[in-house]
Amino acid sequence: MDLAGIIEIVNAKFGEGFGSIDEEVSTDTVRLTPEKWGQLAPFLRETPELFFDAMMCITGIDEGVESENLAVNYNLHSMKHNHKLEIYVSMPKSDPKVPSVEQIWRVADWFEREVYDMFGIEFEGHRDLRRILLPSDWDGFPLRKDYEFPETWHGIVINKMKEGWE
Amino acid sequence: MVDYFLGTFSGITWLAASPNLSFVLAVTLAGLPIFLFMALNALIAVYAERKISAFMQDRLGPMGQGVGLHAGKWGVLQTAADAVKLITKEDIIPATADKKLFIIAPFILFTASFTAFAAFPFNEYLVAADFNIGLFYILAMGSVGVIGIILAGYSSNNKWSLYGAMRSAAQIVSYEIPAGLSVLSVVMLSGSLAFREIVAAQTGTTLAILPNWFILDNPFTFIAFWIFFVAGVAEVNRTPFDLPEAESELVAGWMTEYSGMRWSFFFLAEYANMFIVAGLASLLFLGGWLSPIPGYLEGNLWGIFWFISKVSFLIFVMMWFRWTFPRLRTDQLMRLCWKFFLPASFVTIIGVGFWDLFVR
Amino acid sequence: MGVVIEQELGTVHGDEMILNIGPQHPSTHGVLRLKVHTDGEIVTKITPYIGYLHRCFEKHCENLTYEQATPYTDRCDYIGSMNNNFGYAVAVEQLMETKVPEKVEYMRVIVAEMNRIASHLLALGTFGLDVGAFTPFLYCFRDRERILDLFEMLCGARLLYNYIWIGGVSHDFPVGWVEKTYEFLDYFEPKINEYNDLLTYNKIFIERSADVGVIPVDVAISYGVTGPNLRGSGVRWDLRKDDPYGIYDRFEFDIPIGTGAMGSVGDCWDRYYVRVRELEECIKIIRQALDALPRDGDVHAALPKKIRPKAGHVYSRTESPRGDLGYYIASDGSDTPTRIKMRSPAFTALSCLNEISRGWMISDVIAILGSLDIVLGEIDR
Repeated sequence: MDLAGIIEIVNAKFGEGFGSIDEEVSTDTVRLTPEKWGQLAPFLRETPELFFDAMMCITGIDEGVESENLAVNYNLHSMKHNHKLEIYVSMPKSDPKVPSVEQIWRVADWFEREVYDMFGIEFEGHRDLRRILLPSDWDGFPLRKDYEFPETWHGIVINKMKEGWE
Repeated sequence: MVDYFLGTFSGITWLAASPNLSFVLAVTLAGLPIFLFMALNALIAVYAERKISAFMQDRLGPMGQGVGLHAGKWGVLQTAADAVKLITKEDIIPATADKKLFIIAPFILFTASFTAFAAFPFNEYLVAADFNIGLFYILAMGSVGVIGIILAGYSSNNKWSLYGAMRSAAQIVSYEIPAGLSVLSVVMLSGSLAFREIVAAQTGTTLAILPNWFILDNPFTFIAFWIFFVAGVAEVNRTPFDLPEAESELVAGWMTEYSGMRWSFFFLAEYANMFIVAGLASLLFLGGWLSPIPGYLEGNLWGIFWFISKVSFLIFVMMWFRWTFPRLRTDQLMRLCWKFFLPASFVTIIGVGFWDLFVR
Repeated sequence: MGVVIEQELGTVHGDEMILNIGPQHPSTHGVLRLKVHTDGEIVTKITPYIGYLHRCFEKHCENLTYEQATPYTDRCDYIGSMNNNFGYAVAVEQLMETKVPEKVEYMRVIVAEMNRIASHLLALGTFGLDVGAFTPFLYCFRDRERILDLFEMLCGARLLYNYIWIGGVSHDFPVGWVEKTYEFLDYFEPKINEYNDLLTYNKIFIERSADVGVIPVDVAISYGVTGPNLRGSGVRWDLRKDDPYGIYDRFEFDIPIGTGAMGSVGDCWDRYYVRVRELEECIKIIRQALDALPRDGDVHAALPKKIRPKAGHVYSRTESPRGDLGYYIASDGSDTPTRIKMRSPAFTALSCLNEISRGWMISDVIAILGSLDIVLGEIDR
């Protein structure tokens, strides 16, 4: 099934114009708000014609220093029907919250923890949201564009620019 | 040998005057060659293990370019170098370990193996202490070693060591039973627990050309030999039964916290135990110091030669096992012992009894 | 015999012990920490802690140009470097909408499949080592050495190649390389029987791995398990056939799947056996590619002067020895990417460890970890 067919089924359930496609950026990414994503996610898994049973990748994105948004990109795939879907959810930097889908696709457990670790996006409903790659007492979210590298960590000087080598 | 020394001392008047001193001296003099032999055995066995494992794994093992140059030609000095390193290593006792038990554990294990060596006959006349219950004595002393292992694992204050020690204790104690039972068939056939008589019962020929060893005597003793040998491998904690010291899981199991000279005691004891198991198997089932060609090549020195070569062959088979098989899991190991070896050893006892009664 | 015990956590559970299979351990395949809650020897819960090998790959890439990022991808899955490079090149070429010459396509397939053989040999050897069989490990490495020697002849490096570039490859095959590769394939094919004799059909090995750590199909797909792990559970899914990239659709090869021959479908033995069978399939592919390889052609013909993809993003995936390797690349029209995310197959495979090892013993956890074939470089990036 191609993207048009998928969107048709989704719109049939949730109403016209549920997801928007920004033709200029990409022709096959559906853009949603966090609340709509929370409504759509179980539907994608449970509907037999769609049956997206594999979440291929969840990527956190910082849209740039000028834009005030963070985003999460979901790549879904159906093993049964062999079709794909890409969903782009953006949210303001001041309040980055997205509903978690880790109970629907268990792989999202660790993917969402990584996005939280690197960007600070909170996934509501995630049962165990804590850092995964960085030490648990790390400050800040490194993959954000406005991230400043800390000078020291636990007393160890880590900023090479600083002339503090003793 | 103790008797021999006591006999010679009775000729020396000032020694014969104090029987305690002469006894102590006799026992020390008899024990010294045993200790030296044990150390020599470990030295050679370690080198053999490294070379055998290397050749089986398509590599060369310890090598050197000549005598006096690092490891000697063919790496023969490697073990000596290792021994020097172990002796000069720093003695580390973990701060939270139970000091007294930590120190005592290797000694218990080593003593158990060492005292078991005392009853081994290399020859009709060459034995340190000639017991008439020699077999029973060796089996008993072998099981004292478990205490050393448990103490080592417990006193290290380390969960990994504890796991290793518990596994080892369960394993050794369980495998004692099929080992002991399978030996009973030999005792029945020879009618004695003394080694001299057991080997004496294996002289002569059967079927005109084959030696009259117990392994070839009847099919039940053949099975009993294999049960004893495999149970013996389990007793020594060698692969495929080396779960207590499984490197890929428990780092080094119950030996984890030991280093330097203390660790080398465990090592020595392990190779000594291997020798004991192989020695028992060759004495009981393979004719001990008797020649494989009955009537030829017999004599005192030939006896030592045959005994040592049979034991070496069995040790080689143990090493062969180690580098070929993966290891069994604890519950599979236990199941093998209790559900398979134990009934099988009962069958051998009953079978040998019937064979002796009706077929002979 | 399976020892799956239903534990009623919440009621009284006797002495629960928390064991740390720490970052330094002989068989964690890298620096991985597992916190294991056990009841005696039976495991009730495992929490993996990763991040010890995190080297900020994704943050680095935001300050590098596209071609500068290629060596960085090598170092993520350092066992299958060619495949990492391949996935990255495919992703960027998709973003730039360029094609590479025929000769380059064939060369890429050859080196990627040889790297797959090397990676699987390592996986088989270390799995045997985890279970206690010391010798097959050395036999596998002996054969892996020959592959590494061929790679050294090709591009100078034994492990981290930086060979497959965006738009081409870095070096043409040297004189004599193709003949040496044919020789290697002839030498290697009978060795697979050696591994089968020594390990695959060994009774003790079967007892240690059959029925252990079964991954049911729905659990596998939900946890994102891909590659030989998913094929071990009986799913005939291989990106080289089902979502082909490059010229993989021109080759004839089978997809081995786990059938529960020695135990249940999806146990450790199945995953191990899928890897053994894949060695044979790789040999087939390499032979076909070597036969059809165009001898003339400039491998640098399509190398772009400047790599400046237009603004947009792409998510593309390739089949690495561990599973689906995905790259999400976002570009804003300049010569450095704004975001590169590497979706590593071992990351998702490790996430299902807790689910599949509950009720087994500690020895089985080591065996299950070995059968999942993880590389911490790829998990932590």
